[in-house]
Amino acid sequence: MIVYLACVLLLSIGIYCVAVKKNLIKMVIGIIIMEYAVNLFLVCLGYRTGGVDPILGANGPAARLMDPLPQAMALIAIILGLATTLLTVALALQIYKKYGTFDITKMRELKG
Amino acid sequence: MSKLLPLFIAGPLLGAVLIPLIARLNRRLPEWLALLITLCLLGAAGGLYFRGPAYLTYAVGGHLPPLGINLVLDGLSHLLLLTVSLVTSLVVIYSMTYLEQYTGKRWFYALYLMILTGMNGVLLAGDIFTLFVFLEIAALATYTLVAFGVEKKELEAALRYLMIGTVASILILFGIGLLYGLTGTLNFADLSRSLPEGAPYAKILISVLFLVGFGMKAALVPFHAWLPDAHTSAPAPVSATLSGVLIKVLGVYALIRIFYNVLGLSPVISGILSFLGVLSILAGGLLALGQGDLKRLLAYSSISQVGYIILGVSLGSPLGLLGGLFHLFNHALFKSLLFLDAGAIEYSTGTRNLKELGGLKEKMPWTYVTTLTASLSISGLPPFNGFWSKLLIIFACIQLGRLWLAAAAILGSILTLAYFLKVQKYAFFEKLPDKLVDIREVPWSMRLPMVLLALLCLAIGLVFPLMVNVFINPAVAAVTAYLGGR
Amino acid sequence: MGGIRLIVKTITRITLGIIFLFGCYLTFAGHLTPGGGFAGGVIVAISYILFVLAYGEAAAAEKISRFWAGVIMCLGLLLFIVIALWGMWDGYFLGNFLPKGDPHDLLSAGTIPWLNLAVMLLTGAGLFLAFLLLIGFEVAPQEERGT
Repeated sequence: MIVYLACVLLLSIGIYCVAVKKNLIKMVIGIIIMEYAVNLFLVCLGYRTGGVDPILGANGPAARLMDPLPQAMALIAIILGLATTLLTVALALQIYKKYGTFDITKMRELKG
Repeated sequence: MSKLLPLFIAGPLLGAVLIPLIARLNRRLPEWLALLITLCLLGAAGGLYFRGPAYLTYAVGGHLPPLGINLVLDGLSHLLLLTVSLVTSLVVIYSMTYLEQYTGKRWFYALYLMILTGMNGVLLAGDIFTLFVFLEIAALATYTLVAFGVEKKELEAALRYLMIGTVASILILFGIGLLYGLTGTLNFADLSRSLPEGAPYAKILISVLFLVGFGMKAALVPFHAWLPDAHTSAPAPVSATLSGVLIKVLGVYALIRIFYNVLGLSPVISGILSFLGVLSILAGGLLALGQGDLKRLLAYSSISQVGYIILGVSLGSPLGLLGGLFHLFNHALFKSLLFLDAGAIEYSTGTRNLKELGGLKEKMPWTYVTTLTASLSISGLPPFNGFWSKLLIIFACIQLGRLWLAAAAILGSILTLAYFLKVQKYAFFEKLPDKLVDIREVPWSMRLPMVLLALLCLAIGLVFPLMVNVFINPAVAAVTAYLGGR
Repeated sequence: MGGIRLIVKTITRITLGIIFLFGCYLTFAGHLTPGGGFAGGVIVAISYILFVLAYGEAAAAEKISRFWAGVIMCLGLLLFIVIALWGMWDGYFLGNFLPKGDPHDLLSAGTIPWLNLAVMLLTGAGLFLAFLLLIGFEVAPQEERGT
């Protein structure tokens, strides 16, 4: 239960960073924190009390296996998060080249 | 026949991988490869209408449901698959000339094929996590393509789109996790069966997460902040794809799948979606009236039309679904046509600002005619296709007794007519400014898709009963066939 | 500062091969232990990134340049798709058509080790390419995208 509260806390910290902070890099870190929250949530979904490794046949027929599916989901989510972070950082670098700053309040070319 | 299904995903992916490798050989090879792949997919999507059963499933790797990944083609997926194939193949034809002004054309085609992979994957996914993975693939490729011409405006637009899209994806993933924790399965059919009776708070939380997440992807008001910038700054083919198919596949299709087939459309959700739909219609329409930039006006118009689609879909009646899905298809046609037209105007005149344009009627007759066709369609004038779909949505609202929704829809239609008349007046009628005196019509490869789309708008409007029976009714039947329950 | 640089270079020279081998081990034992293509690919990429950080980008360009990293990335994904499509011949897309040995054996589980290899190439080369592009940013600011 504590772990799920930690996920919610991390998610709120992430959303706060993305919504409130003005520095682009801090927003990127906010997104990364949100991804940590979601991955933690997914992995904790697969926990079974008193469970053992989810390998068939290695632990006896009546063993309680941990759920392997959320681990796979979390792995894919981590990779997708990695790709998103790479893209965001690349965009941030290009923006730095054009604007000379990471401050998003200075980026008001588009309006309306 | 069902062996074709993985090819919808593997084909564009293979193309996207081959393009950087073979582009060294010949400069024009990427675009022909992209064209080949999209045309083959269009043929396959059309040919699949002659299949036997109404549902096609394919078990990837031979693993059976509910544990394996399945690709499922039902009426709704098929309608959208056809839309996607049609729009993407025409956009590739258009891009062959339009992209001359950019360097790095092969990256464009590789990324474009990745978007196609992602969209096809979302449409064919039989379980919700596969849908999420392909949604992310398409979204990442789109963020990159929006920033393709690497100028200040495009970068800022891409960044805003990326931030909002990533937050949306994370919320969706949270929802998926919650749904898995609640039921223990990811397969759509299995989810709708094994959703437990009670647990109202969990279901409310899941509904909210998916509503916000997919609403951000579909640019529902109030989550629409990224759309005007992204659609304006992207290159015209990308804007056409974004507005025409992407926001619908990633947003509206996923919403329909979740709320009809898994969670069940309760009156509360129906009410919220209808409200957001009407809000989108009016907000998009009003904001579009004041725009001076042609593509920005079209972007706000997209927000408005997606509101129509959501309104039709959220009503929960077969007629509403019919109208909503028909409008989805029509909007893909005329909105991508309008964005291609805007791109053509920008290609010839170098500007998108309505105040700087004028009198293009004589200089660019083909563009004028196609824009006129699309404007009349989107405003809902007979005999074009937009008339029928908007009429169906309004009838569905009246049929359910929600007269104020119908009134808002009619008001939205009047607003649409107003701002498109503005486009016509400023761009095509007035006097030709001096610096635009020696512009010419766009080349053939750009004109061809525009003309084809305009002809389709007219043809579908004229034979709309045929359209409805062959294409839309199976989609409605597929959605209402296995409604999720509480 | 010269002393630190020497320490980094020496340690890198010693541990680089081990890190690379560990990445390969994670990949090829991916059907037996946790790991698989993604984790192995990330660690292989880390070994190359470590090389770039210690020896500088110019020295790394002799080992693997940006062009070859891109090619290996595309080849990795190509291998994955080829294996997936090959399975369609008389089985299913992504079907397991190679002989499966005994469980818990290294050479078992049909196509899975090959798929792991493909994903390792893809992830490793992709991450390394991304790293090179990101750090190579200010080095050549006049460079255009693509050709």
